[in-house]
Amino acid sequence: MKIAILKLRGILLTSIQDDLSDQDALDFQRDVLQKITDTEFNGLVIDITAMDVVDSFMARVINDTAIQAKMLGTRVILCGMQPAVALTLIEMGRELLGVETALNIDQAFNRLEMLINEQEV
Amino acid sequence: MSDTKCKSRDESGVVVTITEEWHVGKSQRAVKMLALSIGLSQVSIYSLATSVSELANNLFFHTNYGGTITLKVVRKNGRAGIEIAAADKGPGIADLDSAMLDSFTTNGGLGGGLPGVERLMDEFEIASQVGVGTWVVARKWGKCS
Repeated sequence: MKIAILKLRGILLTSIQDDLSDQDALDFQRDVLQKITDTEFNGLVIDITAMDVVDSFMARVINDTAIQAKMLGTRVILCGMQPAVALTLIEMGRELLGVETALNIDQAFNRLEMLINEQEV
Repeated sequence: MSDTKCKSRDESGVVVTITEEWHVGKSQRAVKMLALSIGLSQVSIYSLATSVSELANNLFFHTNYGGTITLKVVRKNGRAGIEIAAADKGPGIADLDSAMLDSFTTNGGLGGGLPGVERLMDEFEIASQVGVGTWVVARKWGKCS
């Protein structure tokens, strides 16, 4: 299953769906990094609106992707987490997700544009 | 939560064999359907789906030949709940105490899968014997009375 990575207003936007296999996750990480290198965009929004289940495997995929993108100098924001997913993640325990988050894509874009502007000043 | 939902009598279990990665998603969908059928809350359903996902991933990643996830509706003191049973035929867990620790991992993952399931569920039991297999039984109860 290929995950689309869209370019919007100088920021890369991607949306993860359920049922990501190990191979899908690796492909996704590779595609994201390639896109960042190709476009020189320095913001990435990962949307998880469609995800019901964020288990420790998915949390790792999201964390790793964010850290990898960060290493290339890209700011990353995770958005669209469903309330029940947040409740489950906290009960699962620990800081499974170490990524900056926003409520929705709109707020994620605002925050990223702010961060990128700060960087440029 | 309505009483009619609690009184529905569908006690048949669902067995999902986990030998491939996509079976994990299959087991997730199965537990969601079962939990919906007895009217569990949305948060309970997400907890169940996440727990099943952790246990099924363990079967896929850590065992030699995969294993089975058995899901069924259980009832006690007028309450309905879902029981998840995961079973496999090895290799077994050598150090159960460590396996139940957060951040303990043998495959480069985040760790915290099993202790996470213990926290997400209301009841949790685990037994394992090296060379024989591992069994996990966990239950989540609804609020029906």
